[in-house]
Amino acid sequence: MATFLMQVNGRSANVTIDDPSTPLLYVLEENFRINGARFGCGLGQCGSCTVLLDGNPVRSCIMPVSEAEGHSVTSLEGLRALDKLPNAADLHPIQEAFVKHQALQCGYCGAGPIMYGYAFVRDNANSTRAEIEQGLKGVMCRCCAHTRMIDAIQSYAQEKTR
Amino acid sequence: MKPKNPLKLNEAGPLSETALAALNHVEPSRRDFLKTAGVMMIGFGLGAATTAEAQSPLNPSGNIDNTQLDSWVAIGADESITVFAGKCELGTGMKTMQIQIAAEELSVPVERITMVLCRSGVTPNQGLTVGSNSAPTQFGNNGLRVAVDTARDALYQLASRWLGVPVEQLVLKDGVFTVSGDPASTVSYGELVQGQRFSLPVNRNAVPNNPSTWKVLGKSVPRVDVPPKAKGTYQYVQKVRVPGMLHGKVVRPPALGAKVASIDSSVLTGMAGSPQVVQINDFVGVVADTEWHAIKAAEALASRITWSSGDTFPNQADLYTFMQQQPSRNTLSVNTGDVEQVMATAARIMTAQYRYPYQMHGSLAASAAVVDVRGGTGDRATVKAWSCTQGVYNMRTILANLLRIPAANIEVVFVEGSGCYGHNGGDPVTQDAALMSQAVGKPVRVLYTRADEMIGGEHYGYPMVSNEKVGLDASGQIIAWDYENIVAQRGEGAAIGNNPGNNIPGYLAGFATTAVIPSTTPPANPATFGNGNNTVPPYVTGSVNGANFYTGTVASQRVLNRVVAGPLWTAWLRSPNRLQNTFAHESFMDEIAASLRADPVQYRLRHLFDPRLIAAVNAVALKANWDTRPSPKLHNPFERAGSGRGFSCYLHQTANGYAAMVAEVIVNESTGEITVKKVITSIDAGPVISPDGLINQMEGQVIQGISRTLYEEVLFDRASSSITTKDWKSYWVLKFGDTIPEIVSVLIDNRNAPVAGSGEVTISIVASAIGNAIYDATGVRMRQVPFTPEAFLAAKKEQKG
Repeated sequence: MATFLMQVNGRSANVTIDDPSTPLLYVLEENFRINGARFGCGLGQCGSCTVLLDGNPVRSCIMPVSEAEGHSVTSLEGLRALDKLPNAADLHPIQEAFVKHQALQCGYCGAGPIMYGYAFVRDNANSTRAEIEQGLKGVMCRCCAHTRMIDAIQSYAQEKTR
Repeated sequence: MKPKNPLKLNEAGPLSETALAALNHVEPSRRDFLKTAGVMMIGFGLGAATTAEAQSPLNPSGNIDNTQLDSWVAIGADESITVFAGKCELGTGMKTMQIQIAAEELSVPVERITMVLCRSGVTPNQGLTVGSNSAPTQFGNNGLRVAVDTARDALYQLASRWLGVPVEQLVLKDGVFTVSGDPASTVSYGELVQGQRFSLPVNRNAVPNNPSTWKVLGKSVPRVDVPPKAKGTYQYVQKVRVPGMLHGKVVRPPALGAKVASIDSSVLTGMAGSPQVVQINDFVGVVADTEWHAIKAAEALASRITWSSGDTFPNQADLYTFMQQQPSRNTLSVNTGDVEQVMATAARIMTAQYRYPYQMHGSLAASAAVVDVRGGTGDRATVKAWSCTQGVYNMRTILANLLRIPAANIEVVFVEGSGCYGHNGGDPVTQDAALMSQAVGKPVRVLYTRADEMIGGEHYGYPMVSNEKVGLDASGQIIAWDYENIVAQRGEGAAIGNNPGNNIPGYLAGFATTAVIPSTTPPANPATFGNGNNTVPPYVTGSVNGANFYTGTVASQRVLNRVVAGPLWTAWLRSPNRLQNTFAHESFMDEIAASLRADPVQYRLRHLFDPRLIAAVNAVALKANWDTRPSPKLHNPFERAGSGRGFSCYLHQTANGYAAMVAEVIVNESTGEITVKKVITSIDAGPVISPDGLINQMEGQVIQGISRTLYEEVLFDRASSSITTKDWKSYWVLKFGDTIPEIVSVLIDNRNAPVAGSGEVTISIVASAIGNAIYDATGVRMRQVPFTPEAFLAAKKEQKG
């Protein structure tokens, strides 16, 4: 048994687990009841399990829980609180942009494009459409709402710089 | 608005014991609400409760009234309206569309409607959510709209009695009736229904709101499921947890068809999570306390199972030859009986063969289900299943046969999974969880691994060999069309039919798969016209018994459909067979036009009869600034990358949506790399229900269609009888970073036509539009999907030397 301290969506908690190689995703699901990171491939190939580790996107399905120790983890549900916006249960502006553009169909992939889009816009102001597309390289959406996702991220970026 | 066909009301008093018993299947909060709500029940007499259902342990009070299980409109004292319907939300916006129908016909804002979908015993049995049929069904005379209209007309009657004026003097707005000219005289839905229960037969003649007056339908209503999906709070079936639940993993044979020779389960002794083995013939699963423990146990066990060798496969390269050599089950879609005779008079005969591979649904989620089997097997056992199946009632039948538990004792609750595009792993994984739960006597959740999903869970889309032949007269007009398609099948989606053996888990557990039985006599001519699989090309008349039913003008026609037994498991994948057949027809039409140096659009129009298809063709040609000229385009032979444009069009199925498309591509002739730059599509699916929702579906289908056309093919290995495409590296699909084209959608809002489908209409013409554009750019004809760079270079070498 090993105990790991981590902060998930602003809440600090100790997790005691028998196998430190357990992927972070399962701990988020079972210990923290996190809904917004989802199992897609378990191989780090699709992006549906994406969370922010200290603000940067990681694939929680292939990250051992031990590597999250001492770090802050943010899932889709916690994005608004991460930016210290009031009313944590409301949508974050990038999530609002996804709603405005109706950029999710089944939505299962959502953590991938939203988290990568969030971090990309934060780190790359005034990006072109093509740059955003490359910034999301490797993220998957099988319903193929790609064009709307780029629209949403672009309009979020424009709102942010306004 | 006026009541359209007034009904005499059958007031049935307060909610009965039997109705309350049925409500016990609903979540507590909703049950409590419905107990206090008035309920207006509209019965179809379809999918009615059976006697067995009435005697089920799930219904201790016995005696369920048929009408209660059909379709409900429950109206609360707080004026909220709950509607129960049977078409699932698969990520296409179907829930919102059904809310729009109810809000429109009941004249209330969309926020007032709570929609409960797809729960056996609670919602009406509306079959499967498949085949672009959900919108036509819900707008048709067995659908949601007439049920809601029946309720609306009944409410008019009640209001008339309440307010003491004829219905003609009532004005309905936002769920409140007002007497015309007397704004103080009002009564609301909630006041009319509260405390009472009404049970009405559906009035199929109820007149829906006229599309010209639509206030909610026809508008881009934002989807109700998108905000929680964006926030991350939406519950997918992968997140369902129930008390006492264990986690199961499947251990599939490494070779398809391999049998268990021996299992050494001692390896699990002492492993964390108390793993247990479940073995039923060749079905092997492991159940443990957590997902990670179950994964570890399954990995350990997999190395301790000895399997026999698997089925005999063809070589990948020989698949299409193999299919043509198998004995086949044959049917005819059309046969005017004169094809040989007319072909003999032709100035020229053209033939071509097109080939389409096995492809995956490739759902983004690994499929999952939770099933709780109580009491083992037999009449006293019960089952509750949380599943992303496309048919809760069909799944109930399959589980009944799989578990040997009466269907009436089984409840299947639909919970959305990731986009499925047909029968992905959602149905098989429900069977996996059911078998494991029955074995261990506890609720079991099974979540596939990516490889489980891709090689032992989902059934692939059908491969096809298409043999096209036409006769042309001296003017180049087509005078006879002869088409043969060969489809390889193995099994079916679980929600089709009632045989668990047609699905991987049931087959492994010992149920026999329904065999493809080859025909021993020539197929009979069809008695009626149907084009559900788009085997009949758009350019023939669709003649059956001397009457014409289809979109074209070519009178002499024959379409022979051959089904053979194939090596890999198959089921419906978005636009099953319709896409494959249309790839062949629309590529071939382009080849014919090119051979005559005719413009592809003009040449198509010379053979089209249907005004709506012609309008769709013209609309997209106009939007794309179609350059009228023959293909291929003459371009500088020293150019390394040539651009081209391709055309395609069709009518989906017999009468389920028209579409036409122009694709613009760039082909690098030296590397074979194909880039789709722009796609313009027109659609006429009758009245547009939600413009933005329709465009969203069209855009998704364009990109998914590009992925299927350029990249996707299931690969297998003969030596090991196994599938080798088992993750997103080996089975490549379009991802961010790949070229995403500019997409333009042209909506033809045909409000006088019946509502048609739109979930498959666009994707079916993508491969042919791209192939035709490649030909336009390069003069190289792509006759086999996928159009990889290697495939292009091989075709170029073969055709141009």
